[in-house]
Amino acid sequence: MQVSQSKINDDAIDLMINMGPQHPSTHGVFRLVIWVDGEKIQKVEPHIGYLHRGSEKICESESYNQIITLFDRLDYVGNLNNELAFSLAVEKLMDLEIPERAQYIRVILCELNRIASHMLFYGVYGLDAGATTPMLYGFRERERIQELFESVTGARLMHNYIRIGGIKEDVESDFKDKVHKLINDLKKSVDECDDLLSNNEMFLVRTKNIGIITADEAIDLGLSGPSLRASGVLEDIRVTDPYSIYDRFDFGIPVGSKGDCWDRYFVRVQEMRESIKIIEQALVDLPEGEIITPIKGMVRPPKGEVFVRTESPRGDLGVFVVSDGSDKPYRVKVRPPSFVNLQALELMLRDTYLADAVLVLGSIDIIMGEVDR
Amino acid sequence: MISQLKNIGFLRGLVVTLKTTFRSSVTAEYPRVDKRIQVAERFMGFPALLWDSNIVEPYCTGCMVCVRNCPTQCMSAEMKDNPKFEDGTSGRRKIINEFEINLGRCILCGICVDVCNFDAIEMSHEHELSKYQRNGNRANLETLLRMGMEFQNKVNWTPKQPEKNSGKPKEKVSKSKTSEDLPNPLKLDKSLNSESSEKDSSE
Repeated sequence: MQVSQSKINDDAIDLMINMGPQHPSTHGVFRLVIWVDGEKIQKVEPHIGYLHRGSEKICESESYNQIITLFDRLDYVGNLNNELAFSLAVEKLMDLEIPERAQYIRVILCELNRIASHMLFYGVYGLDAGATTPMLYGFRERERIQELFESVTGARLMHNYIRIGGIKEDVESDFKDKVHKLINDLKKSVDECDDLLSNNEMFLVRTKNIGIITADEAIDLGLSGPSLRASGVLEDIRVTDPYSIYDRFDFGIPVGSKGDCWDRYFVRVQEMRESIKIIEQALVDLPEGEIITPIKGMVRPPKGEVFVRTESPRGDLGVFVVSDGSDKPYRVKVRPPSFVNLQALELMLRDTYLADAVLVLGSIDIIMGEVDR
Repeated sequence: MISQLKNIGFLRGLVVTLKTTFRSSVTAEYPRVDKRIQVAERFMGFPALLWDSNIVEPYCTGCMVCVRNCPTQCMSAEMKDNPKFEDGTSGRRKIINEFEINLGRCILCGICVDVCNFDAIEMSHEHELSKYQRNGNRANLETLLRMGMEFQNKVNWTPKQPEKNSGKPKEKVSKSKTSEDLPNPLKLDKSLNSESSEKDSSE
């Protein structure tokens, strides 16, 4: 199926359908206006902003340590990755040296968070396709990761664990064993999840050749993360522009071939396996020592601006911080991957059937907290 | 034959569900107290104020550092002169008079615990606070201390800086009022006050 670029024929549009904002499969509060010709989608118009909390503006009146709590709430499925992005930005501005142990713990937890996020995607995507069983499996595994987070950070979702200069407190002595056990179980569960859904004939029929986006189109639209890699583009910031200590690990980048919904789904399943590889290597090398570079008094970065991009579970998460030398930033700008990935929706949905709209939307894995900020 | 069947994705899925059928359940029956999943030791529930049972008074001196650092402004505090300091039974010159946390507004970030210099506040394990009244979650000093005492008993809590925050009155020398011999809490009060005044002037 070729994505048609033809001009929309107004005469052919015979019905306008409103999907959302309280639609269960829009993954938050997201409104989509769809114009259909028969059962074929002619045009879509996404409406966002229902979850707008003005996070970027609030950042200007909070101190740097308080902002980390706000970043937790942007992408509320990959919290630690968000915290890391902001901390890295401020640390780069302050030219701070991060203790090795803190770096490793950050990477381990961030990768676990990535698996948890993809597990949620796996479960919810099965549900979007009409399969209810995968949701139970995906959530069960995610719950185990959250239990580990609870024992390390004290919270299941909003951790506020990564600090500017390191991490909040050292992990417990049995952390290594716990993570070892967890990833050994996760390896089996990822295979289990894979067996359950990936090659199911009904699922294949629903997701193959739907919502195709070619590599060129994906790059033009600025897609990032698994949605970009599904189109066959080898781009992962952890490898191409490594931050933190990701250059020390050996892992693969799963890439799709076609850029359809199934590719976007399968890239994420494969990515969980790669994340497990990173955690395994990080556990072996996990050094002893300090966990935070102490900062005297309030965090006051020098005057200047900084941009840091990281690979969040959804893609290229960029943080731009401008400091005027005081204890509060002058400006914080977030480049959320979900927001940019959402731009591709119109192209993906053009000329597909209305029944597939939910599947295409689900395959981008948007989190509205991040889109609306 | 079996390997051929394995290639049928639908059947592979059925094998997975069949295996799961014989596995023990992972969910807990929430309302039953004996079947609940216990929270982790580090679990961050609502903040609570701790009780110094040696001196029989709260650790909190009402220095307001947590109030100023709270991202949601959910706290308010007021200090008073400590009558026990006058008696010479306590080393804390100031003591908390009123403290209120709007637990409905608290986001459980733990920043108040980080910034506290007196080991006075801790994230307790309390997390179930459904109330019938709109303002039922405004916890006052009494409630916060009760939550704190429950937490202290549960985890055998000890202060992070036991020497500094012991609250024991200093030797008689401290009454001579030379600056070196003043009790520790007073020094901290002073440094805090100077810090806040400095901050005020910068703003």
